[in-house]
This record gives sequence, structure tokens and C-alpha cells, in this order.
Amino acid sequence: MSKSDTLAAAPKPKQEAVSLSGAEMVVRALKDQGVTHIFGYPGGAVLPIYDALFADNGITHVLVRHEQGATHAAEGYARSTGKPGVVLVTSGPGATNAVTGLTDALMDSIPLIVLTGQVATHLIGTDAFQEADTIGITRACTKHNWLVKDVNDLSRILHEAFQIATGGRPGPVVVDIPKDVQFKTGTYLTPDDVHHRSYRPKTEPDASAIARAVEMMAAAKRPIFYTGGGLINSGPKASQALRELASLTGFPVTSTLMGLGAFPASSPQWLGMLGMHGTYEANNAMHDCDLMVCLGARFDDRVTGRIDLFSPGSKKIHLDIDPSQINKIVRVDLGIVADAGKAITEMVKLWKAKEKKADAAGLKDWWAQIERWRAKRSLAYEDSEVLIKPQYAIDRLYALTRGRDLYITTEVGQHQMWAAQRFKFEEPNRWMTSGGLGTMGYGLPAAVGVQMAHPGALVIDIAGEASVQMTMQEMSTAVQYNLPIKIFILNNEYMGMVRQWQQLLHGGRYSHSYSEALPDFVKMAEAFGCLGLRATKPFELDAKIQEMIDSPKPVLFDCRVDATENCFPMIPSGAAHNAMILSKLSEASVSDEGKMLV
Amino acid sequence: MANERHTLTALVDNEAGILARVVGLFSARGYNIESLTVAEVDPAQSTSRITVVTSGPPQVIEQIEAQLRRLVPVHAVTNWTFATGGIEREMALVKTSGADQAAAKTAAAKFGARILDDRGQTTVFELTDSPARISSFLETMRSLGLSDVSRTGVAAISRDTA
Repeated sequence: MSKSDTLAAAPKPKQEAVSLSGAEMVVRALKDQGVTHIFGYPGGAVLPIYDALFADNGITHVLVRHEQGATHAAEGYARSTGKPGVVLVTSGPGATNAVTGLTDALMDSIPLIVLTGQVATHLIGTDAFQEADTIGITRACTKHNWLVKDVNDLSRILHEAFQIATGGRPGPVVVDIPKDVQFKTGTYLTPDDVHHRSYRPKTEPDASAIARAVEMMAAAKRPIFYTGGGLINSGPKASQALRELASLTGFPVTSTLMGLGAFPASSPQWLGMLGMHGTYEANNAMHDCDLMVCLGARFDDRVTGRIDLFSPGSKKIHLDIDPSQINKIVRVDLGIVADAGKAITEMVKLWKAKEKKADAAGLKDWWAQIERWRAKRSLAYEDSEVLIKPQYAIDRLYALTRGRDLYITTEVGQHQMWAAQRFKFEEPNRWMTSGGLGTMGYGLPAAVGVQMAHPGALVIDIAGEASVQMTMQEMSTAVQYNLPIKIFILNNEYMGMVRQWQQLLHGGRYSHSYSEALPDFVKMAEAFGCLGLRATKPFELDAKIQEMIDSPKPVLFDCRVDATENCFPMIPSGAAHNAMILSKLSEASVSDEGKMLV
Repeated sequence: MANERHTLTALVDNEAGILARVVGLFSARGYNIESLTVAEVDPAQSTSRITVVTSGPPQVIEQIEAQLRRLVPVHAVTNWTFATGGIEREMALVKTSGADQAAAKTAAAKFGARILDDRGQTTVFELTDSPARISSFLETMRSLGLSDVSRTGVAAISRDTA
């Protein structure tokens, strides 16, 4: 980001000054920022703000059952709409419970504005009831945070919070508001009055960098587009521009977990997801390419595998809105700091203007090689007539939801990877998952947020029986707000990914990964006022899935799957892209160094 | 890759917690801090300058600069080690004790140190110089009754007009 050394003067209100209490300012600022939904939980230190919400019916408040649920719901809301998610929680435990969601949003670049109550300014530092050093605790898990000590700073800080959460690389922010500041009266500034004095992220690409990128693409014989969540954050135009660039060049496209949907999975140029559980063709193409064009991704360790063997023969272009990502993990030949949509649009324009042609002969050979990799059918699995294979369950869920206005969220683990591998997304903003932090318990509250934003849509949380128990209480939220979310649990009675790694790395000693004393999910659903369904045999699956889809209620679906199925293909820790395991694990396939890795 | 020593300065908003943000960034990402100084430089604009001396391979130094620039209250980051016109200075207060202070005073005079306090059996010297020369001064004084040291850490500025 480029920042000016010369600082603007403090903002002065353009319009006639409005006097409001701090609590009223919060509600007014949210409305002026276009906020229609907030996710929250009241408590002593935010009571004045809740009082202001009571007096004003312009904002829908969603009462969650745990503050972590509020943050994930806000993430789901944000990811599925492109708007920031807003959370309101109290001091102390309210704030500390929000920390997991803040960290999750920081890792996945989700814009969140989290408002926390704080004890009155004169009590700060006295170990007062429900006091926590929220600013200290959340400094490491926010893009920026503020403690508001003067009510006259409050509206400015709130508007800056929106600018920073949504500007540049998006991320979560915290505004910590002491209770006395909520009661005091001060001057309210509108969003138009407030411009952060130094935060000016660079979003326009350098023309010379775009020109060089286009030359490199035209010269490539074995190119690949490696795309990521930055395309989703940039907005639908970025996905549109990518489609055009892919169509102009004929290059293959792969994506990270976070980028799924930016490129249509139905395109013949789509190679599927890359990385640890990516397809054989995507990972081998990454390894053997001569030009890697990374668009809005960050060379995460799940994607790169062993770094010193990562795509050894390629030239690399890296487009990212965050300058610190360029050369962080992998040295690249060309870094482009810009908004992904703007930069790809410029590439498309220049490619057309210069009448560039891709290397047809090179690409023909390259696609022939890719087809040989594809022929391995790396996502194939052995089906069963007796047991529901988790892959089969996902495939049926996919088949039976075609033609629907569909949003998918997930928890974290094997089910997440199977969903990422097998669901085919055609559009951005349809896939909500916890990528960077890997937060079990993300999917259910995220589905609540998504359904709030898209009342008529079909919202399914593809879950595991372990993950879902972490934020299960949000079923109650779904019932309260008539949100017909569908929780589709691939129940294998194990923390499946933990079990898989124990099989692979720890001699099959399944230490504490068995989900003992599981609740009866059907009864639990009924206790919450939801519909509970269970399928144990392949032949009954379709009818039950259909029943789930047709139900106007929130549904908990206990899908009993093969307990010992492993997720393939897989790049073992510490291995390179071209050392994928297609099926059947053995401990010998992991190096000692690899065992040290996560 | 070999470690290099670099002096980075950051012009920042002088706001509560800014030092914690910078220090937290270094500890969270495992970067070294060899010294750190911070003070307000422009009360009208309410900006401070933080000078950090750090060491690491070139790629890590590049990351530290980029990560510092990501912090919202950071306006500008400069690496004076690469800039040709960088000047680094540090101040040390050095105390020597012993029956005979004459040798210490003679040695200190050669380094250009000032005597701030002289009580016969103890002397307090002040030396402002490059960090390397201050280290060399301390090495010399060690055999001459050095009993206490306080160093400020490095402050850095550009020689250029801008």
C-alpha cells in the first residue's frame, strides 16, 4: 500500500453538527454505512447500544448463542454478499469468545467490523468485572483495532473501521467502546466527513507490469493460472475478467480452496482444486509448468507442498493487493500489486489490443499432457452397496441440488476436502469455508449468516460429526429466525482427518480421535425444533436428501458413512506436487522432515 | 543465506499501542530486534519515528519492511542501511568504579566521551557515536573498571535534503 508522508488535517464536519449519545452514534453509523444485519449477544458493557437498537428498527439484529457463532455468521454473511459483516458483543468473555472468528477472518481476508463493549474508562486497568484487555488480545488477530476513549472520536473511528475492514486486502477490525463513552453525548460525523489520514491501499496496477505479464503469457508453452480467494474478495468482476482471460489464452485454470467458484468448474479448462488434496492434474501442472500466473493467492503451505521442490522450472507472476505477499514464500519473476479485478481486466484489454496469440503448438502438447494426468481420475473411489461412502454422499447431494439457488458452507476436515473436490461451483460467493485457520465449528454459524443474507436460497453446511458439535447451539438461532439451513453431517464417528493422519504417521494409534458418546443427532434436531434425518444405507440416501431439501425447517442430517475412508489424492507433508499419493497410505510415504509438518 | 544487519525507521501515528503493534509484529513473526527507539518527532502532526535495528537474511528483511508497511498507523518505512545517505547514532552512559579513575578518563577522552559525573571513585561518561564505536568503547572500558552501562539504541536519519 502506498502511504503519504504528508498528513491531511483532522476531518471537519461538512454538514451541520449532529449531537448524539455514543450508543446512538453506533446505530447511526451502522445505518449510514448501509448495514442491514448485525450478529450479536448482549451483556453489561453494551447495554446502552442494545437500548439504542431497541429504539430503532432499521437494523436486523441476529441473536446468536455464543459470540464465536456471531463472528462466523458475520463471515458467512460477508463472504456470500461481498459486504462487510458486523458483530456486536460485550466486554470480557464476549470479546474473548470472538477471538477465534477474528483470527479466522484475518487468515481468510474477510471484512468484519466487531464492536465490543468495554468497562467504563475510569475502570480500565482495575481488573473490573468482565474487563479484558480486548485491544491487547485482538491486536494480533485484527487488521487494526481501536479503543475509543472520547465520544467525539467515536463516529470517526467507526467510519474508519469500515474503510479499513473493506479497503485493500479486507480483514477484521475491532472497535472497543467503554460503557461511559456509549452514554456520553458528542458530535456525529457522517461517512463523507471521514477519510483516514494515511490508509491508501494501492489498487491500480502498474501498466508496465501488466505489459510484462502479457508478454510472458504470450511466450509461455506450459502455462497455468493459479487463482485464489483474492478473486472472490475483489468482487464478481474479477471472476468475469478471469473467465475472459482464460478464454482468450486457452490456459488451464486451477484454484485454491478459497478461490473455488471464481472460475466455472464446468469449463474444460478447469483442472480442479490444487494443493494437499487437490487433483493429480492440477498439482502436476503446477509442478511442470513453465509459467505460473498466480492471481489473488498466497502460496500457502497447503498449496505449495515442499517449497524447495515447488514448480522448479517455471517463471512466476504474482498478483496480490497486499504487497507483503509478493516474495513472502516463493520468489517470483514479476510481482503486481493491485486489485485482482482491475489487474486482470487490464491484462484482457492489453492482450486484445496487442492482438496477442498464445503459443498454439506449446499449448497443444501441454493440454495433451494434462489429459494424460486427468486420465488417472484422481478423485475416483471404490463405491459400496453396503456402506455409504462419503464421496458418494457428496456426489448425491450435489446431483440432487442442481438448479437450486445454492450456497455451501463447511466445517473443517475430511468432509471439507471431499466437498471442495467434488462440488462443482460455477459462480463466486457460493462457497464458504475456513481455509487459513481451519476452524472446526465454522460452517453451522456461517450458514446462519448466509441464510440471513439470502432468505430464499438453499444453504447447506457440509459438516462432520466432530466439527458440528463445536457450534451446535446455533441451531437454536436458526430456529428463532426461521432460517431453514441444512446441516449435512458426514458422520464417520471419527475426527476423520486426525484419524487419517494417525493412520499415516502414527502407526494406526488412534489417540482420542474417536467420537465417543455421540448425541443422537435426530433427537437433538427435534429438541431444537428442527427436522432430524438419518441415512445409514446407500439406497435410502436420495429420498432422505430430497426430504431435507424440501423441508421448510432447519434440518440436521445424520449421514452415517464408512468410518475408515481416507481422503485422496494427497500430497504427504514434506513432499512435492509431483509426489501425490492417489490411494492407500503407508507410513513410508512420509519423510521424517514431513512428519514435523502439520 | 547470511544474516545482514539493517536499520529500519518507521514514521507512525503517535497513538496508544503503536509500539505494541510494532513489537508484536516482530515477536509474532519471529523477527529479531537488536535495538529499538521511539519518540515523537512532530507534535503538530502527532507522528513518531521508530527506529529498529534488526538482522536476518535479505528475504526476511524485505518481509519485515513489507509487514511494517501493512500496519495501518505506519506512514512510511525506510531502510537506512540500503539508502546511501543514512546516519546512525547511539548514546551510551558508562560508569566506571575503582580507586584510580585516571586511566579510565584518559581512555574515554580518546573516544571523545564527556564526563557527566565525577565522584572520585566513580565516573559517569557519555558517548554519542556509531553503534560499532560505542561497542568498541565499552570493550576498552571493561578492563578499566566498567561497572554499569546504559545504551539508548539507534536513532537514524537520512543525509539527503528530502
